[in-house]
Amino acid sequence: MRAWRWLKEHAVLGVGILALIYMLAPIAIIAIFSFNDPSGRYNFEWVGFTTQYWQEPFAIEPLTDALLLSIRLAFFTAIGATILGTLLAIALVRYEFFGRRAANLLIVIPMATPEVVIGAALLSFFLSASFALGFTTLLIAHIMFSISFVVIVVRSRLIGFDRRLEEAAADLGASPVTTFRKVTLPLLAPGVASAAMLSFALSIDDFVISNFNSGAVVTFPLYIFGANQRGIPVQVNVIATMLFAITVMAMLAVIIQQRRAEKMQERRADDDNKATVSVPI
Amino acid sequence: MKTLRQRLVPYGLMGPGLIWLFVFFVIPMYFMGQLSLKTGSLGAGYELTWAFENYTDSISQYSDQFLRAFYYAGVASFLCLLIGYPLAYAIAFKAGRWKNLMLFAVVAPFFTTYLIRTIAWKTLLDDTSPIVSVLKFLQIVPQDGRVLATSGAVIAGLTYNFLPFMVLPLFASLERLDRRLLEAGKDLYASAAQTFWRITLPLTAPGIIAGVLLTFIPAAGDYVNVIFLGGTKQAMIGNVIQSKYLVVNDYPDAAALSFTLMAIILVALIIYIKFAGTGALMGDEEEAT
Repeated sequence: MRAWRWLKEHAVLGVGILALIYMLAPIAIIAIFSFNDPSGRYNFEWVGFTTQYWQEPFAIEPLTDALLLSIRLAFFTAIGATILGTLLAIALVRYEFFGRRAANLLIVIPMATPEVVIGAALLSFFLSASFALGFTTLLIAHIMFSISFVVIVVRSRLIGFDRRLEEAAADLGASPVTTFRKVTLPLLAPGVASAAMLSFALSIDDFVISNFNSGAVVTFPLYIFGANQRGIPVQVNVIATMLFAITVMAMLAVIIQQRRAEKMQERRADDDNKATVSVPI
Repeated sequence: MKTLRQRLVPYGLMGPGLIWLFVFFVIPMYFMGQLSLKTGSLGAGYELTWAFENYTDSISQYSDQFLRAFYYAGVASFLCLLIGYPLAYAIAFKAGRWKNLMLFAVVAPFFTTYLIRTIAWKTLLDDTSPIVSVLKFLQIVPQDGRVLATSGAVIAGLTYNFLPFMVLPLFASLERLDRRLLEAGKDLYASAAQTFWRITLPLTAPGIIAGVLLTFIPAAGDYVNVIFLGGTKQAMIGNVIQSKYLVVNDYPDAAALSFTLMAIILVALIIYIKFAGTGALMGDEEEAT
């Protein structure tokens, strides 16, 4: 009877944990197979343990080139999309203006469009305009699909923004530009930073839209796609595992940093309270 | 009274971003529409002949792939809901101090490339994989059968790849749920099941709909899962569009199919926005613009 009740109380948690295992299993497989020593060209069957490929992760030149190209592309995408998207978010949250609804639609619809349609439309456009496919067309496409996500992230940060801080700065004689630089931007920075990280991640991961608009340029996902026919080198697993570990560590660092900042704030608030209590007037 | 200059500020801020979206999203759609009505060939060039037969021909020729795409995407979204709801519920109500870690695990798949995740599934479902042996032992898969190159494998891949898009909006709406309503239900002697069916589920309906849209739309247009996990018998409409554009170079038909897919999805989206507003897709509920 007690066992039954325990089971009932924890059933949802159990299902949740099973679901998480389902989500994380493929990642574990990627990491495990980076230590595999495949007998043929295909790395699908476990043969034996080796650290050989971890010792030479960048031995395959086209793969390394593709990875570097993807990092460069993601870097410029993050800069472009973050600037355009942040300005858009500020306008949407801070101002009332004619055409707001249309602007919202223009931001939402690309997010809800299947990637294959975005890729096909851009290719149709570049073909009709006789625009040569390559790094530029990839950058244009990546900035385009990242803008909407930047807007959403920055917008949510702006909605919880205490505008009195800006008014205080203005009262103290700061010009609008100084206020923006010294008050708005620093407070907005975490949102802008996570938007930049998100667009970097979206860009480096994109396959479908790049597949349509890359021309002869090969990004990291495009390299994997091409290599699939002849067998994917184990280094792909090694690099994927590395990228995963780096991202996880970066995320954890951000979370720990935020925790510490929150704790400091709490402590400061506590001190303030004590101070008011201990001063008898 | 605002000066003209002040009134122009939002347009100045939005200008660059909106122009980018207009030039590289709206105008390309127009060009794709135009291309879909042209006839000709890659060598001889294309001419706008208002060839609406591109639509009728290609839709009737590829109706199977269209239907299959919507069928797979529908089943995958349903499975995502079935797996995602308990998961989101567990994170929101039962996880306690593990909440952040569990949320982190939900988005963790995004930190590895989409293609590599799909290839990992190929490893898991490969003929030599222990999972397949277990499935064969349990007689779920026939002794001489395969898991790869079946509808099941493609749907499993779609479900896996788009599950986070279901969990996140569900979690957001469960988190926002007013717990006092659940207590009120209990106080009025509702059983746990009644509380769930009559309070929790209806109040999280917006999250469910957003989650279904966010999984169904990308799944319906996907072609990666079929390439890695399926065979030619599992081809979805995305595969047809991709091969017509990039392999066969039959642009007008490809554009017509792509435009049709977009139109179908737009209809669903417009119905949704009519009821929920753009705000719900942008992550907040109050501002139904």
